[in-house]
Amino acid sequence: MSAPELLTMTSPDVGMPYEWSIGIYGSKFFQEIRAHQRFVGIRCPQCGKVRVPPRRVCGTCFRELDELVPLPPTGTIIAFTIVNYPFIDPATGLERPVPYTYGYIQLDGADNIFSHIINETDETRIKVGMRVRAVFKPAAEMQGNIQDIRHFEIIEVKHGE
Amino acid sequence: MEKIAIVGAAQTKYESRKADQTFYDMVFDVTTAALEDAGLTLADIDNIITVSNDFLDGRTISSMAVGEAAGAHDKNISTVEGDGTFGAFYGAMRVLGGFRSTLVVAHSKGSEGNPQFISNAMFDPIYHRPLGLDTTSAAALQANAYLTRYGITEEQCAQVAVKNHGNARHNPLAHQPLEISVEEVLRSPKVADPLKLLDCSPVSDGAAALIIGNEEIARKAKTKPAWVKGVAHCAEEYFLGDRDLANPKALRDAAKRAYQMAGIRDPRREIDVAEVYDAFSYMEPLWLEGLGLCDPGQGGQLTESGLTAMNGALPVNPSGGVLSAHALLVAGLARLIEASLQIRGEAGAHQIPGVKTALAHGTHGPCGQSHCIWILGES
Ligand SMILES: [Zn+2]
Repeated sequence: MSAPELLTMTSPDVGMPYEWSIGIYGSKFFQEIRAHQRFVGIRCPQCGKVRVPPRRVCGTCFRELDELVPLPPTGTIIAFTIVNYPFIDPATGLERPVPYTYGYIQLDGADNIFSHIINETDETRIKVGMRVRAVFKPAAEMQGNIQDIRHFEIIEVKHGE
Repeated sequence: MEKIAIVGAAQTKYESRKADQTFYDMVFDVTTAALEDAGLTLADIDNIITVSNDFLDGRTISSMAVGEAAGAHDKNISTVEGDGTFGAFYGAMRVLGGFRSTLVVAHSKGSEGNPQFISNAMFDPIYHRPLGLDTTSAAALQANAYLTRYGITEEQCAQVAVKNHGNARHNPLAHQPLEISVEEVLRSPKVADPLKLLDCSPVSDGAAALIIGNEEIARKAKTKPAWVKGVAHCAEEYFLGDRDLANPKALRDAAKRAYQMAGIRDPRREIDVAEVYDAFSYMEPLWLEGLGLCDPGQGGQLTESGLTAMNGALPVNPSGGVLSAHALLVAGLARLIEASLQIRGEAGAHQIPGVKTALAHGTHGPCGQSHCIWILGES
């Protein structure tokens, strides 16, 4: 007896668009990037921790937050991965070239960790503990989203410093 | 706590593409097989918990599509969207709440959607999703943080892959039984540094079901009951950046409470076998640290020393673990089923002799955001 023919059905290639609210502090975060090329975090008056991106509540203390603090565009690599498989960027629908490096970055003055792309894909030239700086798009091209930060770059340490 | 037990269970074979079966078919198969295993009928089952995910199934309120296949017609049915161990936790609460029995069934077919897209969609759409973060790249970050903190080597992680794929050769349901060397793991293609292809679990299609009963149902079932001695779960922050990825805090909390409930003081000595959620090779040592089965940073040496081998003092993942079969949502329920089979002495070729106490671990959310721990015993 021959195997039965089994049919499948392919769904149409359409996405479902969402319009996500970014909120008051999230909006402030992206507006500060555009206006001043710097970051903004939020401090908890109870535990004193500064978290970035800023949000309304300290989960640990369960307290509402409102003290925004400016943060410099520099930080330290806590962890990284050089990704070798392709990724369809949901913002553009285009495939991102591989490899690219995803970084887990502690911004100076923050207690939690921020993440973004680091423009170094040679594993011999990147290490946990290295200092990095955010590279922003020109202000005129900024759109108020995470891609207003182009990437982070490793800050070269000059000899004798 | 009143006594409750796992009295029956079933799993499908795990495969990359079950082209001939809908998820409805799989749920029906494991439901009937779990009832048969227990020697019970649907009349003995008071309520049903299904475990599913709308994105994976490609339909809204996916649970409603499998209710009748799970025997829920005319019964009280409820659903967990999360790992199967959490579905079982809900089931246990319902039995403790007065039902005689709950049947818990989990299914997923990773082959039908796009797991990479779905796992990217788990992350925050404002700050993380546009950067490409998904389960694999998030795990790679965690591996980098963990290996860097303690000097754990990629070789030590590769030893876990060799052990677990090797164990899977004794489990006829496993998706990827493999006889491989540490060298082969290290030379397999880089997926996301430091993870290589053989450090990563496959995406499998599969389903699993188990029956939790009170003492009356345990007496009626034909199986040796695997009694629930302790169970607890705990979660930590959603944003990866709010967590210390090399220190599984939620796991420590959940384990501590489960041990306390089970009266376990020295888990390393008192637990005879553990099934843990090793979606990536580095996770097995990291979770063993979180479970308090070794000190922080010592997890890397456990495979090399032979402690966690099938014939070691504390065998871990004798079934082959998640590295050898990873049906999303189902994989934790499979750990719990495997632990119950070890208690029953019915794990077949991967049975560990003389198991009195078994631990099962499930996790949900990226990099182990939440954990559920079960301690099963033979009395
Ligand atoms: Zn606080």
